[in-house]
Amino acid sequence: MTATGMSESIWPVYTRGLWRENPVFVMQLGMCPTLAVSNSVINSLSMGLATLAVLVASSALVSLMRNVIPKQVRIATYIVIIATFVTVVDYALQAISLDIHKALGAFIQLIVVNCIILGRAEAFASKNSVVRAITDAAGMGLGFTFALICLGAVRELLGNGSLLGFDVFGPQFEPWAIMILPPGGFFVLGAWLLVFAWFKERSARTAARKEPSHAG
Amino acid sequence: MTAHGSILELQVSPHLHTKVNVSSIMLHVVYSIVPVCLFGVYQFGWSALALIVTTTLSCLLTERVVCWAAGKPSTLGDCSALITGLLLALTLPPGLPLWMGAVGGVVSIALGKALFGGIGFNLFNPALVGRAFLQAAFPVAITTWTPAGAPQRFTSFVPSTFAWPFSRPASVDAWIAAAGVDGFTGATPLSLQKFSHIGTDIGDLFLGTTAGSIGETSALLILVCGIFLIWQGLMDWRIPTAVLGTAFITSLAFYVLNPGIYPSPAFMMFSGGLMLGAIFMATDMVGSPVTPLGVWIYGAVIGLVTVVIRLKGGLPDGVMYAILLGNALTPLIDQWTQPRIFGQRKKQHV
Repeated sequence: MTATGMSESIWPVYTRGLWRENPVFVMQLGMCPTLAVSNSVINSLSMGLATLAVLVASSALVSLMRNVIPKQVRIATYIVIIATFVTVVDYALQAISLDIHKALGAFIQLIVVNCIILGRAEAFASKNSVVRAITDAAGMGLGFTFALICLGAVRELLGNGSLLGFDVFGPQFEPWAIMILPPGGFFVLGAWLLVFAWFKERSARTAARKEPSHAG
Repeated sequence: MTAHGSILELQVSPHLHTKVNVSSIMLHVVYSIVPVCLFGVYQFGWSALALIVTTTLSCLLTERVVCWAAGKPSTLGDCSALITGLLLALTLPPGLPLWMGAVGGVVSIALGKALFGGIGFNLFNPALVGRAFLQAAFPVAITTWTPAGAPQRFTSFVPSTFAWPFSRPASVDAWIAAAGVDGFTGATPLSLQKFSHIGTDIGDLFLGTTAGSIGETSALLILVCGIFLIWQGLMDWRIPTAVLGTAFITSLAFYVLNPGIYPSPAFMMFSGGLMLGAIFMATDMVGSPVTPLGVWIYGAVIGLVTVVIRLKGGLPDGVMYAILLGNALTPLIDQWTQPRIFGQRKKQHV
């Protein structure tokens, strides 16, 4: 995955994070915010977008500075860059909606230690051009947001009977309190991982059936 | 291997076979649970029966489905899912909506048992996993109690029984009022003791004419069934002895220190789910240690934690969590209490 210039198609770089290497469902990175704040769709969406913003901005800057940063201190440098953008996002979110900022609490600041961001900086942005780094970061960030919304939707629907705050089941609904509590996060994550593993296995089976002679 | 007509017949051991297998063991456990179920139905009426049937069917169906999904042969025949269903119902309040009972059954088998690899591999008692899930998911419904021996229990269902799936159960206040049981406030003896400091007659607790979960009320009946299981050799007598003994000693210590606040040891022994848990849940062959010393430790932990949760925690009863904790400690206890093989040197450090 060294810098190979713009001749290579950029589309797979983007879609990889969305599906094939989805940070949550495939790589199982960033579990802490995934489990902690996914108790409603709006929290999931805010957390996902905040992470996306930090991821794109820091990947871009890391990529721009990739030939300047000394190898020995690169991790520290990445963290400083990421922390800068986390601070920006932290203040921006306070200005946009104080309620959401309060709901997400310390997990906004904790984006700085989200391993997806450092992982992309180290594994991709530091070795690729700015455009490719941004594309990769956008794909990963959107994949992360997608995963969080998957969890948040199920948890909010069962735990609160609503979706994005709108009542779905009416006033007679009996909420499953466990779903908005921490154990519910683990149960729902496990169920989604099961679904994705099943999808992956099935598509692998179909691919194997289609080209049985293909050796690679 | 034997060729008929040969003079000498050669076989490898074992040469003696008994008829005891998993199914026959489980069937005997079912026999011992049935009287408790019947007494629960007698005390709480048709609603209790409907709930028992629902959780049992839910467990059996889930067992069948997970076997099919995993591509394994059906394990319905070993009756273990039947036991899980019955035990789950025994730990639930009689007026619990049937759909919640069904959810509990699915969780018990799918999360509590199948995910770990099926019978023999489950870390926790499956019925208690389902019970714990329901407790966390529906905290109100699972603490809504109906009185024992209500006169209309065989003519009408508790109104909350037939709540639509996912909908809030109907209020049971009118039904309880119609029962005309003097002074019934929708509380179990344990919650009365904990939150209102009102004691309950020990005789009632022992015989089981109090409010509570379907199968937990009668200490006498559960003890008789437990003795049947011990007599049949299907249960380690050390486990209930250790659980009940530790619970007795711990609550006696509390009682002696401050009899004004803490209930008597006899009340602790016969109230709530302690008897049911000690005899039917803690003795689950899969979730309990195998070494004799380990079994004593396991039982003592359960008894101690139960009393501490009851007297010092926020919940009226802690048997369920105590047993789940004991199950979680089982692999560790087994490892600590491995007996020394004859001839092996004493270990200096573990």
